[in-house]
Amino acid sequence: MPAVRAEGLTKMFDGFKAVDAIDFQIEEGECFGFLGPNGAGKSTTMRMIHCGSPVTSGKLEVLGMDVNDSPRQIKQVIGVAPQENNLDPDFTVRRNLTVYGRYFDIPNGECGRRADRLLEFMQLSEKRDEMIPEISGGMKRRLIIARAMMNEPRMLILDEPTTGLDPQARHLIWEKVRELKRQKVTVLLTTHYMDEAERLCDRLVIMDHGKIILEGRPRELIDRVIGADVLEIDVPGDEMEAYVKERGWQYERTIDRLLVYTDQGQRVVAELKERFSMSYYLIRNATLEDVFLRSTGRALVE
Amino acid sequence: MTLLSNISWRSIALWKRNRDVFLFTWKTNFLPPFLEPILYLVAMGLGFGALIQADIEYGGRSLEYIKFLAPGLVAISIMYGAFFECSYGSFVRMYYQKTFDAVLATPLSLEDIIAGEILWGATKSFINATIVLAVVAVVGFSEMPGLLLIPVVAFAGGLMFASLAMLFTSLVPNLDSFNYPFFLFITPMFLFSGTFFPLSVLPGWGQQLAMALPLTHISNMARDLSYNIWDADMIIGTAYIALFTAITFLGSVYLMKKRLVK
Ligand SMILES: Nc1ncnc2c1ncn2[C@@H]1O[C@H](COP(=O)(O)OP(=O)(O)OP(=O)(O)O)[C@@H](O)[C@H]1O
Ligand SMILES: [Mg+2]
Repeated sequence: MPAVRAEGLTKMFDGFKAVDAIDFQIEEGECFGFLGPNGAGKSTTMRMIHCGSPVTSGKLEVLGMDVNDSPRQIKQVIGVAPQENNLDPDFTVRRNLTVYGRYFDIPNGECGRRADRLLEFMQLSEKRDEMIPEISGGMKRRLIIARAMMNEPRMLILDEPTTGLDPQARHLIWEKVRELKRQKVTVLLTTHYMDEAERLCDRLVIMDHGKIILEGRPRELIDRVIGADVLEIDVPGDEMEAYVKERGWQYERTIDRLLVYTDQGQRVVAELKERFSMSYYLIRNATLEDVFLRSTGRALVE
Repeated sequence: MTLLSNISWRSIALWKRNRDVFLFTWKTNFLPPFLEPILYLVAMGLGFGALIQADIEYGGRSLEYIKFLAPGLVAISIMYGAFFECSYGSFVRMYYQKTFDAVLATPLSLEDIIAGEILWGATKSFINATIVLAVVAVVGFSEMPGLLLIPVVAFAGGLMFASLAMLFTSLVPNLDSFNYPFFLFITPMFLFSGTFFPLSVLPGWGQQLAMALPLTHISNMARDLSYNIWDADMIIGTAYIALFTAITFLGSVYLMKKRLVK
C-alpha cells in the first residue's frame, strides 16, 4: 500500500488553481521531497494530505484511507510540522509538547516521557520551562518538529523544516530524518535548500504553478536534465554563445555568465580555449540546484 | 447533520487546554469576578438602594432593593463569563495565536474545537457565577435550597452566551469589531434584563422586548432560585436557553467552518 496516492489532485482558491491536477505516489518508508519556487503549491498540497484543507477535485489517499472519509484516522497516525509557527504561546516549551500529545489521547505519563526524550534530542532541555515568545526562531522550528513527532507518526510531514536553522541544528534534523527512515517512517519534505533535498530525498518532484514538472531520484534528475558537469564562464561574449549554440551543447546565458551543461567538461573547455580568451571559468559537478533553476526558469516568480 | 456528527468526546482535550491556561494564570483570573460584584453591591445596593424606601414586589415576595439586585449580579456574571471568553478569548486563540490551526492537525475536528471552546466558556460562567453566588449567599441575599441550582443555570446559560459569542467571533474581521456586539447587545442586556430594576416598571412593549433577551431569563431564574420562588419562569427559561443555545451553536459551527476551512 502506498503512503500517499494522488490522482488528478486539484485545489482552487476562488477561481485560482493553486494545485493543478497533479498525480504522484509516495511509497511507505521513503523520504519524498516537494521542491518548487514560492507559490508553487507545495504547502497547499501538504495541507490537503494532512486533511487541513479540503480537496477541490481528484483523488487523494493517505495510508490507504481517503482524506474525505477518514480525516481523524489519518491525523491520528501522521505528524505535521507546518511552515508557519503555530506553537501555543500560552504554554512553556515542554507544556507545548505534552498538551499536544493529549490531543492524540496519549496518557499523561507517556506524554511526559516522550516530551523529555524529544527535548533532549532537539537540544531544548535547557529551555523546557521557558515561554514560547522567549525562545529564538530556530528553537521554535526545532520545537515544532519535536511536536510533530509526539504521536510517533507513521508518516511525517515537514514543510520547510530547516528554514532559519543554524548548521548544527540542520544536521540534527537531517540525522533525525535518516533515523526515521531506518524505522520505515515515511517522510514528506519541502525545502528550498537543494543540498538538503539531494541528501535526504529518495525521490522528489519539482512543482511550478501548481503542476509537477519533474519527478525522479535526485541523482537521476541531475543526469537527465544537466549531465555530469557544469562549465561556468564569466563575462562571455556573443560570439562564444553563438559558437556553443552551433556546437549543439546544452547551455544557458544569465546576466553575467554562460553555463554549459555537459558530460565532458574538460574537453569543452579545451575546445573553447582554442578559440576564445577566457579570463575566468569553472568546471564543477552538476547539482540539484542546476536542475531546479533550469526547470523552473531563472527569473523570480512573482 | 454532519455539523453535529463531527463532534466527539475529543473536544474535552481542547477544554483541558483552556483549563490549564486558566489554572496557570489563576491569580489574575480570580480577582475580577470576585471584586466587581462586591463593588456593584456596595455602590448600587447600599448607596443607590438607600434612596429606595419601598420594598420591591417580586414573585409574591417583597424584597429590599439590595436583595432584589444581588441575583441580578449573579446573572450578569454568567453572561460576561462566557461572552468574554468566547469573543475576545476565542478570537485571540483563533486569529493571533493560530491555536485552532495547530489543533486541526491532530485528530480533533473543527467542530470539536468549537465545542471545546464553548464548553470552556460555559465553565467560565460556572466558575464566575459560583464565586459571586458565594459572596451574595454569605451576606444572605440568596437562600437555600434554591441557590444550589444556580450553578446549574450558570453552566446552561454559559453554553448559551458562549454560543452567541462564538457566532460573533466567526463573523468579526478584527478584535475591535467586538465593540459592536457589546454596544448593541451586551450593554443593553446588562441594563434592561430585570437585573437592576423589575421589568414590571416598563411599559408593555418594553416588557415583551425584554422577554426576548437571553439575560432576562437567566436573571429571572437566578432570582427565583435565590428566593425559592417556584413558578413558570423556570420552565420558560429552560426552554428559552435550550432553543437559543441550539440555534446559535449550529449557526456558529456553520459560520466558523465557512471562515476557517480554506
Ligand atoms: N488560503 C488561501 N487563499 C487563497 N490563496 C491561497 C491560500 N493559500 C495559498 N494560496 C495561494 O496558492 C498558491 C500556492 O501557495 P502555497 O502556500 O501552496 O505555495 P508554496 O509552494 O508552499 O510556496 P512557499 O515556497 O512560498 O512556501 C499561492 O499563489 C498562494 O497565494
Ligand atoms: Mg509553503
